[in-house]
Amino acid sequence: MLDKLALYLSKPFVQNALIVGVLIALCASLLGVTLVLKRFSFIGDGLSHVAFGAMAVAMVIGLTNDMLLILPVTVVCAILLLRTGQNTKIKGDAAVAMISVGALAFGYLLMNIFPTSGNISGDVCSTLFGSTAILTLSKTEVWICIALSLLVVVFFIFFYNKIFAVTFDENFARAVGTRAGTYNFLIALVIAVIIVLAMKLVGSLLISALVIFPALSAMRLFRSFKKVTVFSGILSVVCSVAGILISILAETPVGSTIVAVDVVVFGICWLIGLITTGGNK
Amino acid sequence: MSYIQARNLSVGYEGEAVGEQINFTVDPGDYLCIVGENGSGKSTLMKTILNLQKPLGGEIIIGDGLKKNEIGYLPQQTPVQKDFPASVEEIVLSGCQARCGLRPFYNKEDKALAQENMEKLGIDFLKKRCYRDLSGGQQQRVLLARALCATRKILLLDEPVSGLDPKVTAEMYELIRNLNKEGITIIMISHDISAALTYANRILHIGENIFFGTKEEYLNSNVGRAFVISHEKEGEDHVG
Ligand SMILES: Nc1ncnc2c1ncn2[C@@H]1O[C@H](COP(=O)(O)OP(=O)(O)OP(=O)(O)O)[C@@H](O)[C@H]1O
Ligand SMILES: [Mg+2]
Repeated sequence: MLDKLALYLSKPFVQNALIVGVLIALCASLLGVTLVLKRFSFIGDGLSHVAFGAMAVAMVIGLTNDMLLILPVTVVCAILLLRTGQNTKIKGDAAVAMISVGALAFGYLLMNIFPTSGNISGDVCSTLFGSTAILTLSKTEVWICIALSLLVVVFFIFFYNKIFAVTFDENFARAVGTRAGTYNFLIALVIAVIIVLAMKLVGSLLISALVIFPALSAMRLFRSFKKVTVFSGILSVVCSVAGILISILAETPVGSTIVAVDVVVFGICWLIGLITTGGNK
Repeated sequence: MSYIQARNLSVGYEGEAVGEQINFTVDPGDYLCIVGENGSGKSTLMKTILNLQKPLGGEIIIGDGLKKNEIGYLPQQTPVQKDFPASVEEIVLSGCQARCGLRPFYNKEDKALAQENMEKLGIDFLKKRCYRDLSGGQQQRVLLARALCATRKILLLDEPVSGLDPKVTAEMYELIRNLNKEGITIIMISHDISAALTYANRILHIGENIFFGTKEEYLNSNVGRAFVISHEKEGEDHVG
């Protein structure tokens, strides 16, 4: 078994998958804590439906490179959703649901009114599970991913205190002169880019899992923002590596294996949390 | 000149005024209590003073060397924080954001200030604890310490004692009175008219009738007398 693992690890496509998997897991989990706290756990799902709607439009107007439409539309939607802070009438979860259901319906409607020869179910499947499976990444994709992830991590470290202040109590932050609007916009932009990128590479099912599980697992065990953030980063990376390796050895689909590992780890964290707090939480 | 001066101020939401023709001034060292019925627009007024929302009419003049980011604020209650994993220390420190500006990290002085304020409010021993596991009174102290990190001049408190038991309430009032004695100007919204009359030197009553003046003037005005009497009745009902 170890021989098999060593053999695979020497192959470039496995190395690429590990690099990209780890980086996306790290970025997603860093932003995940903020997303979960802002009630945006389902943003990955919502945005994939938006991408589907945009794809339908691209198909109807006969755009050959549909990413030209999908990328900007999804990023704009993400920003619109996320920059609405704590003072809006429609809360995060409802806003995500509205946009996602709306976009899905419109996309499907368009495809029915203007039937094209495209393989609809195939395309829907690929927006859900990732069009480029993580095992067939190209060199360029890997480099883009590395560059963007570095940017995200640097952004996160530099703005960590602002992110905390704005997420914890936006009104107070604004009252004492923090430019909450600007920071909300920046956070939204970074999240949007990461989600769209990850959606393309690993699919929206996986991105939702990467956003939700490490953050929730860490929250079971820790009681400060810093510890939760650091631990969810570590947890997310470990789970992804484990998921990828298991999937290679057991020949299971990568995305769902990573999600499965995340679920199991969440269960363990939940149990530990239950025991350490004496079950009163 | 005054710290804050409101002239013919109207406050409200989306063009619908909740309070109109509000005039008042806050001078350094004042202890102003804002009183009025539920829904009369007290919180709205406070948010307008803090520039969290635009006035519908009139103006607020900030002066006497007070800068926009030198106002500390204790919000009424914020629902986001319910399951937020944050330690007391992190929250108090976030009050230093005002001093940070664009600087990304807290420096030694910020940390010392946070420590000093935690000690002052007697929550030093809680600093590694999670905010959501604290009692209501402790939570209010944490938020007050945070507000103190943001200012040395003026504090705006929106019902700082709501939901606290009588003993903790009295402690909280004592704390605020001491801060005022140290020279921090206080603007406090309160439902508790007797506390307002005990501690404040100025009263702003908003609602159908608007009144602004000293405590003595308030007690001699029609608005004041009616409000005080209706609340005394309420108090007796509670006891009886
Ligand atoms: N976000 C909002 N949008 C529209 N109207 C609002 C909003 N918040 C409050 N209001 C309305 O404005 C009025 C004043 O509300 P406000 O919260 O200022 O009252 P208050 O005097 O602080 O009351 P309380 O003593 O209960 O805290 C109320 O009638 C309320 O319904
Ligand atoms: Mg109020």
